Amino acid sequence: MSVIAAAAADFQAPDIDWGALAPVIAVLGAAVLGVILEALLPRRLRNVAQIGLALAALVVSLVLLSVLWAKPPVSVGTVGPAGAVGRLTQGMNLSIMVDRPALFLQASIVVVSLLAVLTMVERSRDADPFTPQGSAVPGSDFENASRQAGLVQTEVLPLLLLAVSGMMVFTAAGDLLTLFVALELLSLPLYILCGLARRRRLLSQEASLKYFLLGSFGSALFLFGAALLYGATATVNLAAMSQVLQSGAPLLVVTGVVLVLAGLLFKVGAVPFHAWTPDVYTGAPTPITGFMAAATKIAAFGALLRVLFYGLAPLQDTWQPVLVIVAVATMVVGSVVAIVQADIKRMLAYSSIAHAGFILTALVAVQEAGISSTLFYVLAYGFTTLGAFAVVALVRERDARNNITGEATHLSQWAGLGRRSPVLAGVFTLFMLAMAGIPLTSGFTAKFAVFSAAVSAGYAWLAVVGVVASAAAVFFYIRVIVLMYFSEPAADATTVVAGRPFTAAAVALGAVATILLGVVPAPVLELARTAATAPFGG
Amino acid sequence: MSATPFLMLSAILFTIGAVGVLTRRNAIVVFMCVELMLNASNLALITFARVHGNLDGQVAAFFVMVVAAAEVVVGLAIIVSIFRTRRSASVDEANLLKY
Repeated sequence: MSVIAAAAADFQAPDIDWGALAPVIAVLGAAVLGVILEALLPRRLRNVAQIGLALAALVVSLVLLSVLWAKPPVSVGTVGPAGAVGRLTQGMNLSIMVDRPALFLQASIVVVSLLAVLTMVERSRDADPFTPQGSAVPGSDFENASRQAGLVQTEVLPLLLLAVSGMMVFTAAGDLLTLFVALELLSLPLYILCGLARRRRLLSQEASLKYFLLGSFGSALFLFGAALLYGATATVNLAAMSQVLQSGAPLLVVTGVVLVLAGLLFKVGAVPFHAWTPDVYTGAPTPITGFMAAATKIAAFGALLRVLFYGLAPLQDTWQPVLVIVAVATMVVGSVVAIVQADIKRMLAYSSIAHAGFILTALVAVQEAGISSTLFYVLAYGFTTLGAFAVVALVRERDARNNITGEATHLSQWAGLGRRSPVLAGVFTLFMLAMAGIPLTSGFTAKFAVFSAAVSAGYAWLAVVGVVASAAAVFFYIRVIVLMYFSEPAADATTVVAGRPFTAAAVALGAVATILLGVVPAPVLELARTAATAPFGG
Repeated sequence: MSATPFLMLSAILFTIGAVGVLTRRNAIVVFMCVELMLNASNLALITFARVHGNLDGQVAAFFVMVVAAAEVVVGLAIIVSIFRTRRSASVDEANLLKY
């Protein structure tokens, strides 16, 4: 009792810099407002209102982020309730650290989410990627009735905004507790969104179940690791933890680090925690898959950067070998298994695993180059993968009565697409080349940055493994291109839907960003370098 | 009072939970095992808070309880919707997505 009384007497009221939190609050507030609107607005207004609200919130958040970026954030952030009890100086004790790397990553998440929203707003009967009633049993009368009535699931956008706000906090979390809460805030909406596909609902529900069970298992591992780290260091705060850890690492810390890493690597989709990725990416509605592949990856790598380079920096010798092994395994497994895939979404899922491996090679370089190349890579890859999945959503099957049905995801259905829709096939070729890392695309610049970071850290052999894995990966990217241009169109009715201006805009923006980041990468590289020069509060 | 028994219990509960997630077939039981892991972490957090004489761990435990409750809401919704579709909550039968 007396211990607690003493600690309570010590308690300082948190001193919160609301200005630094404003970008997150804009998104989170819009999500809450969206849920309220859902209850109050008549049905016909809901969709328009939700779209406007989501786009407005993301744009406002982006503006606020750029304002914060212009004003160098010296020790801005909040003193959280959990962090306020330590015995540290005020400036260090932050639960949310709004520093330059966090701002860069948050801006990347917001920009990518803006594109993702564009891929989700077309909700006419053919175009709608989401089921009208998530609770309806597939094939039941209830589902048919809600389809006939033309219902639209408009809660999708508030859920998306909740996930985005979780991701924004995830990249800025200054203690393990905030990290855990943000992890759940970004995951829970995604579990639901994965299960809301309009077509192939059994696959979608299965993806949702698998993602949920494995995701919560990953969070539980993370939490127990956090508890062990707290036990060993008497703090959950990353700054305080790194100070305590200077004096050596008992076994408890090593166990804790392994469990925390397992939780974070799960979100990244690194081998051996990758098993969920192909299933979930295949089963989820395609716009959600694109959003997950782009934004979740940015957020997860942001959190990984902060935990490894800041909180656990003194234990570099402990986690670096683990990370090297994981990076090699992830690159090799992702690239090799993608070769034998026959489904385009599944192939892109394995490709995203391989890309996680490429980014992990940069994390081995614990220095400025490691941070800046990771920041650049996740942003470049985010644009490319979001665009690629948006294209996948446009290539559809037709049934006997010429109605547009589900997505034509089998690779054989993509044969000859270059002759039928040269523009779409051309854009998809661009995305494939960028993922393969061909020069003059963002993928080349990004890969060059991460591999040169690994080389400068003395891991030249790791960069060589990375280059070999990319060479293997080129095979399956090029195979799609060959299939689209140099094979006879498939006999069955694959069609490219037209008249989707918002999805087309998302694809176009993704393509423009992919080219710009490849041809003139200097401005964004410079921003990433600025972010990395004084990382984590300086 | 020594903290060791509490930490032992926490480790045992966590292990039971982890093994359960990896071996059990029913989605509800798998999910309960995840909750067991979260509660094992809570026990560890509170024990360590007592050992260190600060409140961080106790505050964390409160947050974890709230998060776990939110997770139950989402998780049960997903499992129930799967059950209504397939008339089964076995994770072995959810096998359309593979390779």
